Order: sequence, then C-alpha cells, then structure tokens
Amino acid sequence: MTLADLKRGQQGIIIDVSSIHIPLKLLEMGCLPGNSVELVQVAPFADPMYLNINGSHLAIRKETAIHILIETSNE
Amino acid sequence: MSKQINVALIGNPNTGKTSVFNALTGLNQKVGNYPGITVEKKEGICKLPRGVKAHIIDLPGTYSLNASSLDENVVIELLLNKNDKDYPDVAVVVSDVENLKRNLLLFTQIKDLQIPTILVINMSDRMAYKGISLDIDYLEEQLETKIALISTRKNIGIDELRELITHFKELSTKPCLHASSIDEAYFDNLRKAFPNQLLYKLWLVITQDVNFGKTDRATFDKVEDFKTKTKADLKRLQQKETIKRYQFINATLKKGQTIDLNSAKDLRIRLDRVLTHKVWGYLIFAAILLTIFQAIYDWSSIPMDFIDSSFASLSEWTKNTLPEGAFTNLLAEGIISGLGGIIIFIPQIAFLFLFISILEESGYMSRVVFLMDRIMRRFGLSGKSVVPLISGTACAIPAIMATRNIESWKERLITILVTPFTTCSARLPVYLIIISLVIPEGRILGLSYQALTLMLLYLIGFGAAVGSAWILNKILKIKSKSFFVVEMPNYKLPMFKNVALTVLEKTKAFVFGAGKIILAISIVLWFLASYGPGENFNNAENIVTEQYASENLTKDELHKKIESHKLEHSFIGIAGHAIEPAIRPLGYDWKIGIAIVSSFAAREVFVGTLATIYSVGSDEEETIKNRMAGEVNPILGGPLFNFASGISLLLFYAFAMQCMSTLAIVKRETNSWKWPMYQLVIMSAFAYIVALIAFQVLK
Repeated sequence: MTLADLKRGQQGIIIDVSSIHIPLKLLEMGCLPGNSVELVQVAPFADPMYLNINGSHLAIRKETAIHILIETSNE
Repeated sequence: MSKQINVALIGNPNTGKTSVFNALTGLNQKVGNYPGITVEKKEGICKLPRGVKAHIIDLPGTYSLNASSLDENVVIELLLNKNDKDYPDVAVVVSDVENLKRNLLLFTQIKDLQIPTILVINMSDRMAYKGISLDIDYLEEQLETKIALISTRKNIGIDELRELITHFKELSTKPCLHASSIDEAYFDNLRKAFPNQLLYKLWLVITQDVNFGKTDRATFDKVEDFKTKTKADLKRLQQKETIKRYQFINATLKKGQTIDLNSAKDLRIRLDRVLTHKVWGYLIFAAILLTIFQAIYDWSSIPMDFIDSSFASLSEWTKNTLPEGAFTNLLAEGIISGLGGIIIFIPQIAFLFLFISILEESGYMSRVVFLMDRIMRRFGLSGKSVVPLISGTACAIPAIMATRNIESWKERLITILVTPFTTCSARLPVYLIIISLVIPEGRILGLSYQALTLMLLYLIGFGAAVGSAWILNKILKIKSKSFFVVEMPNYKLPMFKNVALTVLEKTKAFVFGAGKIILAISIVLWFLASYGPGENFNNAENIVTEQYASENLTKDELHKKIESHKLEHSFIGIAGHAIEPAIRPLGYDWKIGIAIVSSFAAREVFVGTLATIYSVGSDEEETIKNRMAGEVNPILGGPLFNFASGISLLLFYAFAMQCMSTLAIVKRETNSWKWPMYQLVIMSAFAYIVALIAFQVLK
C-alpha cells in the first residue's frame, strides 16, 4: 500500500520512496525508508495530508503520497 | 578597536532562530539586502564578555545545505566562500528540542565543512512538559561540538551561549561523520583531482547549481581524469548521503536522548482537531480575517484622524510663524503635507504587520496553508499562495518575496502575477478618504456602511486575484513539477519581543522606503503647482481682478479666485488639463488626474498629491478631507466627489497596477520585463474599463 491509502489516525512504516518523484527536501525532513509515519489529519477530499513522520510534522499532497510505499503493522 | 568575531546563525525554519538573534542583539540590528538579490540580510552586534564584540548574521532558514531557493543559496554561498567578509569564525546552529532529529541533519552538514560550530538547543523550557531528557556530555562528544541548552522564551542560557561564542577557538572542527563513504571510489578520484580542497565543499559545489566565486562547476570539467556524474546519479548519491546522516543521528539520539511517551498529551493535537477541522477550521479562519479587517478600520481611525488634523495645524502654524516667502510655502504646502501623507499610514501598517506576524509566529499560518491548498489549486495556486495573498494586504513587495517557498514554478508565477490585486495598505488611505466622502454614515446590523464598503473592496481585491489566477492557469502553458511540502510547526504563544521587532522594522522600512518617494514627489508637485509659464500664471492677479470687476466680490473671495486661476495655469494645471479628456468619462477632473498620474509611481501618493494641490494657496487650517469635500465638479456642478465618481475612483484603485516598486520586484523575481509589463498594461486597462462603466451607470 502507499501512504495515500492511510486512514486518519493510522500508523505505518515507510518501506520505499520512489526517488524520481520525491523531492530531496521531503527526504531531508525525515521521509526515509524505515521511519514511522502517522496520518494526523486530512483536508477535505483527503488532500493534502497532514503527517507525523518520525516526529516531524508536515503536510504533503496526495499526488506525492502515492509514491511512498508503506506497510501497516496490523496487516 | 578589537577584532569582531563573525558569527553566523543557521537553522531550520521554526526553530526560534530569529528569537536567538533578537536575544543576542536586541535593538542593535539592521535589515538590508544581499547585493543584487532581494533576500533579506539581518545582521546585528552582540556584546560578549570582556569587551569582545560579535557581528551576528541571521541567515535564512534552511533544512539542509542542498539549496532549492534563492534564500537557501545565500546560506551555502556564505559558508563556502572563505573570502566573504561575513565568513563566520563560528557557526551557531539553532535547533528545537522537540525536533532535534531533523534539525541535526543540517548540523552534521555544517560540521563537514569544518567550521567551528556551536549547537544551540532551543525551547528547553518544553523539555519537562514533553518528557524529554538529554545527555549533553554524550551528545557533545558524539557531535564533536559544544551545546548551549537555552530557552529564548524564559531567557535561559543566553549568557552561556555568549560565553561559548567568546571561546570559539576552543571548538573542534572535526566532522562527526564522513559523507564520502557513500561512494568511496568517486570521492577518492575527487580527492586526487583537487588535493587542496575540502572534500565536502567540492561535493556541495558539484551538486548545487550555484556560483561559488572561484570554484564553479566549470573547473570540474577541465580536469581530465575526473568526470562529474549524471544528474540522476548525483541525486541518488544525495539521497544516500541523507540516509547515512539520519542513521548517524538516530544512533546518537538513541543514547543521548530519552523521551517519556507517557508525558502530557500535546496541545497541538487538541488545537489541530479544531483548527484544521473540515468545518470549524474554515469558520475560524474566516472569523480571524473579519476581526483583522474590522480592527484595522476601527482601531487605526483614531490615530489617523489625529495625525491628519495635527499636520493640518502644523502646516498652518508654520505659515503663520515663519516669514513669508517661497521657502515657507514649500515647507508648509509641499514638505509638511507630503510628510503627513506618509505618517498617516503608520497606524494601519503597524496593525497589519502586527496581525500577520502573530499568525506566523504562532504557527497558525501553516494550518491555513494546509486548509486552503486544495481550494487554491483549483485556481492554479498553491496553499502556500495564501501567505502572499494575506501579506499582500500589507504590501505586495514582501508578499511577492514570500512566494519563494512555492515549489512549483507555475503556481509561483501565477501567485506573483495576481498578488498586486490584493488590497495593499497603500490603497487604504485612498479608500478611507473616498469612502468617508461618498458613502453615507449609518449602520446595518450593527456594521457601518463605511466599514462594509471597505470590506467589500478587500473582497473585490481577493476576487480579482483569484479570478485572474483561474484565467492564467488556463492560458499559461508551463509544465512544472508541483511538489508541495509544508512543515506544521508546534503552536507557540507569539513572543512579544519578536512581534514588536517585526512591526517596528516593517513600519520603518515603509516610512523610509516609500516615504522617500512620496516626499520627493510631493516637493516636485509643489513646484509644478506653484510656478507656471506665460501671462495667465504670472499676471493672474490682474486678469482675475479685471474679470470680476463688475461683481462685488469680497477680498477673500477674490483671493480664492486668483489662487485657483493660478493653479489652473501652473505647470501641473496644464499637464492635468492635457489628460483631462481621457479621464472625464470616469467622472474625474484634472486635479484627480494629476493625483492618478503621480500615483503610478506609488499609489499612496494620491492623498498626498491632492493634499499638496489643494493646500497650495489655501490659507485656512483645513484637513485634506474637508478640502476635498468642498471641490465642485466644473462641468456637471455639484460636489466633485459624489457617489458615482467616488465608486469609479475606488474601483480604479482596486484594479490598477500603480506601484513601481512592485513592478521592479516582479522583474527581479521572474527575471524578465515581460511579466511586469503585462501586469502594468492589463491591470491598468481593466481598471480604466471598470471605472468607466461604474461612473456611466451610476451618474
């Protein structure tokens, strides 16, 4: 699943980040494989998404989130 | 004088870097620009123990040394150029105790440049509340640095920081990890090709598109047995480097930092539940905007009326006290009226910047960006366009500079192009004076008609901005990747000192920046209105006396007739008459014409110009407003400023592109004259047409 499939309040672990689509800046803010991610809040139409990645709070658009692969622990 | 220590403050956005700067320098600071670019340069002086002084430079906030904007370029350009006069003797990296992990990324990069570095961990007052404890000795050892644990809010640890800066020579310059291990072979080649250069510096020069003086990219291609990699390869390596740095930081913090997860649940969660809510979030945002506009209108009217009448009295006093002559007239009618036209803005500018800086400081602005992104995207804008559009209500210049953090070029360009439609503070005096002349007093549902009209004008401004963005989004064929990353910082109670300094600095910048133009134009106008060519001007007295010889005029009335005859045949009168045919269909006379023409330099000149034109030759102590109310339309009769011409003027000012400084900034930010010229022509033509329709329909 990708980050875009996460539900509000749900947590996951980042497995892979598609490097062509993801700006370096996002990686520098902690969006790296192995780090935990939680969906804190979504704006209307689930876009943008307000995330807590590894303790860093940031918002990204859905179009970016679909390029970040994650897995959730309860699957 | 002893030598000053050069200190560079570096850090992520939202770490309280500017608070540290304010704590170190107090009022000993000045804001300028880096040569050739519009990035703000903040520097100040800090007194250290034993009479040593430090020159402190507050560098723009950045997440890493991989620059992606003009502001961030400034940081690396300084850190890579040892010959720069501001090159730091010591780098002070400011971090936030709650975001230490992310903040340390930049720190490890700076350490690799082998600059003596102090790590400031700010907001230490939050540690107990958040259940964070730090092993400072361990961290200092692992990170090869000295740590200052401070709280700018509680004023803790600042003296220790000063002490550390004083002893910067004792700091280690050893890197805390070796980035070169991401590709040993590549870095080995690099080392062989440039044996005298710092390896990490070379790496930064290779991966960045910035010019670093002597060592620019071209030098790398000249070396035969060394080839730079492809862009994709470089990006992969940068990614690897970032991962490696985080591995080191994670390992370090695992031992050096403990966080008790059972400590107090965050205020952030509770506030965000409401402030970013699908319904409440928007309602609260609307309520905040309403409060701001109502406050600006209501609160600032008292000091503004006071300033207006004080300058009228001062002008009168000057005339009566000083000996008669051209100089006294210039002082009373040109300079004092012109100055009044500047000072009168101060209350509103101060209020606007007060609100904007509170919204920014508290962390609320990021929530607005989050809430508005989806809506703004429909119009080809970004959620981040909200910040420029809101700060555009203060001034378009900082607003256009604030578009720099919009990642997509198309969204950024559209934001730049439409921002001048928002009602900037320079339009306010024009609006206020015309509203008070043509909109009746009275209230509906407790809100005054005049305040409602003003709010409507703000809405029209936003509407025009958003509407034209929508059109531009359809027309402009620019392909650009749209990344959108925004940090959601912790909520903070704004610090009084930071807010006060921002308001002070922005107001000062306005008064001295725009003020100079206004004052200069006022003086020029006074000359043009006080002198004229030919018989009609120089012999005005005889001509008018003869003309009205049969009518029994009092001395006063005759004097007025003479003065107005003179004004009409002065240089400015002649120019005004020349353009009158173009503006008569809009309901304006030649005096308003002059004011409009001169306000193409800066709209705030409008009121000052009318003040100067009307005060030339008037003897009584009168406010600008009273003089304007007394003007008669030369063709239609009745007051010149009536409902129809008033609305027409308001709309003209709402849409016209009348600000040279904005055009200059747009040129700089878009790097071409094409866009500002489009703005000038299209906005002004649109303004003319709308004003024309309004007057013709309403008259």
